[in-house]
Amino acid sequence: MSAAPFNMLWLQSGGCGGCTMSLLCAEAPDLFATLASANIRMLWHPTLSEETGAEAVELLERILAGEIVLDALCVEGALLRGPNGTGRFHILAGTGRPMLDWVRELAAVARHVVAVGTCAAYGGVTAAGVNPTDACGLQYDGRQKGGALGADFSARGGLPVINVAGCPTHPNWVTETLMLLSAGLIKGDDLDVYGRPRFYADYLVHHGCPRNEYYEYKASAEKMSDLGCMMEHLGCLGTQAHADCNTRLWNGEGSCTRGGYACINCTAPEFEEPGHAFLETPKIGGIPVGLPTDMPKAWFIALSSLAKAATPERLRRNATADHVLTPPKVRDIKKR
Amino acid sequence: MTENPTRLIVGPFNRVEGDLEVRLDVADGAVRAAYVSSPLFRGFERILEGRDPRDALVIAPRICGICSVSQSHAAALALAGLQGIAPTPNGRMATNLMVATENVADHLTHFHVFFMPDFARALYEGRPWFAEVERRFKAARGASVARALATRATLLHVMGLLAGRWPHTLALQPGGVSRSADARDQMRLLATLSAVRAALEEHLFAGPLEEVAALASIAELEAWADGRGGDLSLFLAIADDLGLNLMGRAYDRFLSYGAYPQADERRLYAAGTFARGRPGALDVEAITEDHSFARMEGRERPHPPFEGSTFPDAADEAGYTWCKAPRLAGQPFETGALARQVVDAHPLARDLAAREGASVRARVVGRLLETARTLLAMTNWVRALEPSAPWCAQGDLPVSGRAFGLTEAARGALGHWVVVEKGRIARYQIIAPTTWNFSPRDAAGVPGPLEAALVGAPVRPGETTPVSVQHIVRSFDPCMVCTVH
Repeated sequence: MSAAPFNMLWLQSGGCGGCTMSLLCAEAPDLFATLASANIRMLWHPTLSEETGAEAVELLERILAGEIVLDALCVEGALLRGPNGTGRFHILAGTGRPMLDWVRELAAVARHVVAVGTCAAYGGVTAAGVNPTDACGLQYDGRQKGGALGADFSARGGLPVINVAGCPTHPNWVTETLMLLSAGLIKGDDLDVYGRPRFYADYLVHHGCPRNEYYEYKASAEKMSDLGCMMEHLGCLGTQAHADCNTRLWNGEGSCTRGGYACINCTAPEFEEPGHAFLETPKIGGIPVGLPTDMPKAWFIALSSLAKAATPERLRRNATADHVLTPPKVRDIKKR
Repeated sequence: MTENPTRLIVGPFNRVEGDLEVRLDVADGAVRAAYVSSPLFRGFERILEGRDPRDALVIAPRICGICSVSQSHAAALALAGLQGIAPTPNGRMATNLMVATENVADHLTHFHVFFMPDFARALYEGRPWFAEVERRFKAARGASVARALATRATLLHVMGLLAGRWPHTLALQPGGVSRSADARDQMRLLATLSAVRAALEEHLFAGPLEEVAALASIAELEAWADGRGGDLSLFLAIADDLGLNLMGRAYDRFLSYGAYPQADERRLYAAGTFARGRPGALDVEAITEDHSFARMEGRERPHPPFEGSTFPDAADEAGYTWCKAPRLAGQPFETGALARQVVDAHPLARDLAAREGASVRARVVGRLLETARTLLAMTNWVRALEPSAPWCAQGDLPVSGRAFGLTEAARGALGHWVVVEKGRIARYQIIAPTTWNFSPRDAAGVPGPLEAALVGAPVRPGETTPVSVQHIVRSFDPCMVCTVH
């Protein structure tokens, strides 16, 4: 006898759909094979399912009536509370009801609630600037606990909202979270202080960044397309951003820093409002304001000035070029 | 005798990108009037106000996860306009490659994941093609659906290599791109494109891309497709059986901003309009947005985008959507792959426009024709990259100024209009492809293209979500998150 499937429902609200588009990039194995491996059944997904209109609404109603077990409610996109607390900036088409209401009701019957992407987790870009729609995350409003479901929410399975943050999410952050949930392998302490799964949030984007040698010697990029470290001038937050982008890699062999631009810390609450231009590093007295994670300021300043004095000419030249001008010397390794 | 119309409200309308509701007045087994509603408002134009102009490269792509690169491109072009710079040749070709990658990926997603699964619905059981379409295109599990997603994932390795990731890259810059490519990268890109080509030539077209690109008429297309086993041939057989060439026609007024700039200032696909059988020049100054039936303040006048505004008015009873109504010289226009190919004077697209107009079939064929043409061009751009030449020109932003950036997303004409004052974004207006296609009525009461295309769509007895309406809606490949943004 095969075990009951792990039933997943996916809804989209105030977001761009990019986390779904990224999810469809799952490879080796692909999305459907990956979900099948863990017996995860997609009850409905706005991008993939056949059911439209009345058929889809009927499915939601059967879940609420308890006729279909909901193991995981995945929500992509921020929840819109405006205008004036009505939630009417997003009406679920065909129902006349705000998506905010649907999500609250479905979250109450779900075994697990998964926020897919930084918008659903914390509000994200949808909550940026004047936040025209009073957008928030499922259980956070930026850094503050609360959000659409409230600070004290826990799903029937006992966990708070699981925040698979990222803008967008890596396909495997999502599939691995769902697989771990279906296997019963996520407990409260597997989530970090912002509710992110630690299997990817316990790493820094800095880990595995191919610009590490430039970082070590503070050989910095000065303009877009330069090869050097982007922390000093171009706004890179890779030393502070919690994600495994440079060890897991995206779309084959990619990551933001490999693509030649700054990590903007998109897995963090309020990344959308850094307080300065994204691609420019704010400095005080010539020192970047954001220090690498866990590094004392005095040591950073001391090491930086030492490193700058010791920068090899090769790195100094290459750092401000768009391709390698000086390759590393080939030296015979002495055998002992 | 004409019966009194009954009203159907169709939603949630899935297998489109984002949220869509369609209100239908139905009588005598057909749609009499349609009202298209975009039920989600986020307010990106307001979110952009007050920011450093360069931040548009972070914020604008996040309007849309499926048109992310196109949104980046429009923003980068607007910033380049402000700076008075142009991309380096490498930057231009690498940008073309990224925009093309997203466009082709989106065309594949549309055909296999969004559009075709409707023909595998149980109500078509008994049609001669049903068993085959069910095997290939059943939603989320058909053989062609799964294979197309694998091909799409392979294709998006172009983005992994050149742009770090997809969606939401910062690689597209006003002066070019942030990452150079070397000879090894060129080989890797060619391998990726070759694998994609092989997959499409085997399963989608069942023939070489060059032959698809060279088809010059509907008759040639039908003769070429006859007896082939590919998914295009299967679609044409279905279209023939269901009369999809007679369904979903709107105004047959086409708009394209032109796509993929070349070294000589021309574009791979020309810019312009095509209406009443005649080509016309693109007059950007004649573009306005009308708020009469959008839930937006400012209903008293049409808004040129540099003077546009986005103040939602939830109390507006006349408004039935958050979508504004863009008009070119006061007229609704249709945009998308078919429009691009028609404006570019491709003979097959022009024949489709002449004989059946923008039907469901014509829109789908236009997209697949473009897929073949674009993929061929991409290989040439990869070969033309010069690793040791510069990749990104640099420029300075003025303290004040205004500029626009026009590009072509998979779904059609996309424009950003930005006004900078005191070094900050004072105004940012976006008109997206589906804003054109799914616009509401305007001050003169003229329906938007989809609203017009739905009139006459057959409704079977008892249908609450008419399947013909689904075919027509999805033939536009709507992107609702871009529509309202």
